[in-house]
Amino acid sequence: MADINISERQAGDVTILDLDGKVTIGEGSAALRNAIRRLLGEGKNKILLNLGGVGYIDSSGIGELVSSFTAVNKEGGTLKLLNLTQKIQDLLAITKLLTVFDVYDSEADALASYS
Amino acid sequence: MNAAVCLDSKCPKPLTYKEKLVSKTKELNLPSKIDSVDEAAIAADKFAREAGLSDEFIFAVDLAIRESVANAVKHGNKFDETKKVEVGLSDSENGFEIIVRDHGPGFAPDEIPDPTNPENLLKTNGRGILFMRSFMDEVEWTNHSGGGMVVRMLKKH
Repeated sequence: MADINISERQAGDVTILDLDGKVTIGEGSAALRNAIRRLLGEGKNKILLNLGGVGYIDSSGIGELVSSFTAVNKEGGTLKLLNLTQKIQDLLAITKLLTVFDVYDSEADALASYS
Repeated sequence: MNAAVCLDSKCPKPLTYKEKLVSKTKELNLPSKIDSVDEAAIAADKFAREAGLSDEFIFAVDLAIRESVANAVKHGNKFDETKKVEVGLSDSENGFEIIVRDHGPGFAPDEIPDPTNPENLLKTNGRGILFMRSFMDEVEWTNHSGGGMVVRMLKKH
């Protein structure tokens, strides 16, 4: 079974990726990297990562979020995070990355922030 | 026969985790590949659940073992599958202890840049040790006399 499933939705010019599973060293991190690369290749650079279904992330997965954030910025776009579980929020707090990422609990609020 | 129901203050207190604890150990000898991270984590999860530890405790153990085994596979043994990662788990009244040994050249943990410094925030790696230190009560590295590095982590009950 795959570590993670990533499905894509479009809301106006914002692409929402719904992640379900684990973002960990190996397959989970690679799947996220490939999804972001593909979107950027298609010219989609307003990206909202919905992490509501991510039950587990490790330091490699956190590194992949940072790498995605940097890659999207480099293309002139914006990557934001939606629906963090308490555990992921704790890990982002420990790493001080809550100061880097724009984080939302509401999809409507997140989408409104892009306009 | 019904079990006696105890309602007054003279009732014996339920045993604490430490009082109920039966010391146990487990050892794993894993190849240096990414799949070993999951294998170690699954074994540690089973070991900790059988010991009756809480979900929060198990989350910390899981994170610590994943990060330490990933470090041993990647940075220690550099994915050389002929080199093993040795993992020891033990649960005693001192706490839950994880020992991970690699067969690599070793490193100086204090020289790893602090990932929370503003200039390092956008680096893509270097956070594993921070997680190990954040979720375990004791974390220490030593050089093994037979070669390689050993990290010992303890989470107290």
